[in-house]
Amino acid sequence: MSNPSKPAPPAGAGAPPEPSGALAVRIHEKLFRAADGGLVRAIENLAFEAPKHGFTALIGPSGCGKTTTLRILLGLDADYRGEVRLPEPEGRVAAVFQEPRLLPWRDVETNVRLALPLELKGANLDALFAELGLDAMRTRFPGELSLGLARRAALARAFATEPSLLLLDEPFVSLDEMTASRLRALLVSVWSARPTTALMVTHNLREAVELADRIVFLTPRPGRLRGVVDLDRPRESRDAVWREATLRTIDDAYPGIL
Amino acid sequence: MALEAAGLSGAPVVRPRRRAAGTVVPTLLSLAGLVALWALAAAFADSRVLPSPAAVLAAGWADTVTGELPFNLAMTLGRVAGAFVIAMAAGTAIGLAMGLRPRLNRFFDPWLILVLNVPALVVIVLAYIWFGLNEAAAIGAIAVNKIPNVVVTMREGARALDPQLAEMARVYRFSALDRLRHLILPQLQPYLAAASRSGLSLIWKIALVVELLGRSNGVGFQIHLYFQLFDVAAILAYTLAFVAVMLLIEFLLVQPLEARATRWRRRPA
Repeated sequence: MSNPSKPAPPAGAGAPPEPSGALAVRIHEKLFRAADGGLVRAIENLAFEAPKHGFTALIGPSGCGKTTTLRILLGLDADYRGEVRLPEPEGRVAAVFQEPRLLPWRDVETNVRLALPLELKGANLDALFAELGLDAMRTRFPGELSLGLARRAALARAFATEPSLLLLDEPFVSLDEMTASRLRALLVSVWSARPTTALMVTHNLREAVELADRIVFLTPRPGRLRGVVDLDRPRESRDAVWREATLRTIDDAYPGIL
Repeated sequence: MALEAAGLSGAPVVRPRRRAAGTVVPTLLSLAGLVALWALAAAFADSRVLPSPAAVLAAGWADTVTGELPFNLAMTLGRVAGAFVIAMAAGTAIGLAMGLRPRLNRFFDPWLILVLNVPALVVIVLAYIWFGLNEAAAIGAIAVNKIPNVVVTMREGARALDPQLAEMARVYRFSALDRLRHLILPQLQPYLAAASRSGLSLIWKIALVVELLGRSNGVGFQIHLYFQLFDVAAILAYTLAFVAVMLLIEFLLVQPLEARATRWRRRPA
């Protein structure tokens, strides 16, 4: 543990630092084999917690291991040293990837329903589709959707599974600002109605200040913990003035991110 | 698949159907021209070895009335269908395994090249010698001739599977059946279509040789029989009857199935 600016809990070996229900990440080392055969250290001693039913943002420069961390949490990469404790060991994990990753040959509703676990098959999804503005899109194929709508379908798929952990990998990247901010508002309202532990990777500090209860900062590669900022203010009272002031405070403590 | 960031378009754009009336007329004209040329050549040659279209039609009709042509057509069709199913199933399984496991592929690739280059005739003769002059040896020999082609096509298909969608299916814990039905097969569809297209035509040609060498019925056996009688009209009648059946399968089965499987491509954003 190198330089957490906020006093992190003592790194006791294995002792859970947060009450159970939180997401605890402790990656000692993650190596990648580069194309030339050499080993690249992507993550080194990265440890942080995401509180239960909180919204945590993970921010860091390109290549610092943010997406790698998500892949480890998703169980898509088991080749690392360290341990990860999910909010519920047997709970469901949902992901919203950078690309919508919808099956192009199935319509929107089928795409969502295919992700549902057995006990939720046949669930009524009307409310979720309505909230996300996808009512008229249920029988469309993904190729007929704009990127913004496809992202909404990916959000619908994630929330429909009622996950105990929701992982988002820059879900608003390459959208125009208007579409992105509308989608952020949608995410907040859908997430508030269905509380779940959320962890979002982003490089957009403004987005994090708008959405997150906790922001975790990573160093450049190899990714280490740079610091943690908790934002206690309720989301609905985060007006433009507060957001600007918070951005400035954070920028002073962690320069180079804005 | 590209997802345009453009706004929502209105009603889905439906492209005109591929086989519109405008293309049917030229096709018919072209076929009529071929028949006319044949009739002309036959009239000039005026020989038993080049019968006229009318003579071929008469020969075909004569064998249809006795039930001989439909029976032999059905026998060949049955063998083609059996061999097709076996070749597609085995070839797809082997092709997927080789495409997804590089080690397996490295080891078995030389075998594949070897089998690809064994002449069809050798496979047929060996099958009859090793397994006897029976139906299983006949159908097996046809299938073995086709399997390597299916393997090569499906191996490419397996290599083209999208790893991002596979990860998505893993995260959302798709069942094995869902994975096959909604993730793997739709991605393999163009490769399956290519393999079955080239498969059907290859298989029925090999089926005739198999029948000629070791069966006592089927189109191949009949052609052999009429060859000994030097009856070219009957030979052509059987050939054209089978080609007609294959064309019907293409238009009534393969094309509608393909149109259904690719309907999601037809409606661009």
